Amino acid sequence: MMLWLTIFAMAGLTFCQRASFLLLPERVQLPPLLVRALRYVPAAVLTAIWAPELLLQNGVPSVALGNERLLAGLVAIGVAWRWRVTFGTILAGLAALHLFDWMF
Amino acid sequence: MPLRPGFSRPEFQAGLRASLPLLVAVGPFGLITGVAMAAGGIPPLEAMAMSILVYAGASMLAATQLIAAGAPALVVVLAAFIVNLRLFMYSVSVRPYFAGEPLHRRLLVSYALVDNPYAIFLQRFLDHPRAPGKFEYFAGLGIPVWICWQATVATGIVAGARLPAAWKLDFAAPLAFIAMTVPFLRGRPMLAAGLSAGATAVLANGLPLKLGLALAAAVGICFGLLFERLSKVEAR
Repeated sequence: MMLWLTIFAMAGLTFCQRASFLLLPERVQLPPLLVRALRYVPAAVLTAIWAPELLLQNGVPSVALGNERLLAGLVAIGVAWRWRVTFGTILAGLAALHLFDWMF
Repeated sequence: MPLRPGFSRPEFQAGLRASLPLLVAVGPFGLITGVAMAAGGIPPLEAMAMSILVYAGASMLAATQLIAAGAPALVVVLAAFIVNLRLFMYSVSVRPYFAGEPLHRRLLVSYALVDNPYAIFLQRFLDHPRAPGKFEYFAGLGIPVWICWQATVATGIVAGARLPAAWKLDFAAPLAFIAMTVPFLRGRPMLAAGLSAGATAVLANGLPLKLGLALAAAVGICFGLLFERLSKVEAR
């Protein structure tokens, strides 16, 4: 039940975000500073989601060889940076995770 | 369906043609999202409902990760809201193109306002905002993308529920985020925003209610703006 409520709340808020300015009259504008700030939202928020997934092991920062997710993530970062391919990045990261898991 | 006299068929068809290359990007992402939702323990019906009702992949992946980690509902909703803040920007930038359209059309555009069609739409109409057929073109872009997304998410949900946990498919969600962000971390302000937000999220992980995510977003935005200002000062 809680999951359904979560989904409905997400759906409602997301729709409001998209509809917001499409429904507001033209004279209601975003302040220029806010427009500039919003440009950094995807880079900031999404990196804030994946960075802990790589760097934390059981809630503690870990940069050891035994942290396979960090190693696999570095491979994925390299692929994403060099080739800019979504699916290739994901496949390379998963393959690397299995490889490192097998090695260490 | 009889087309209304005001419906520009050529623009609709132009949109359909322009949507085809997008499907190559949307399909795999839909598949990964479906697989990740299944691997994250979201039941198939709920996962599909989320896909249709929310229809915003990045926020669905973020929500999946939080739900799988047992985060409270309010935290999940807040995180999705933060991930989707960019939609305000989309909404404000397409508004001039749909200002004359009736309400139901603007609501439909709102629902279908997703990353790829948004970018292609702006490319086409940026230089001639008064050209007719903008709604039709957007519909031509949006309908195939929507069908492709829902079909591949459904496929991913079905497949993900059958694949063993030993495949470590839960790692697909962070990998998808890497694929979404790393190519765009070019230029010092963007890089500063990403790195500072990532570091903050790691260090603030112990904060209750995943407040680290909101904090990291704020830090990242501030660093981005700061470095933007610094590079302007240098350029002078």
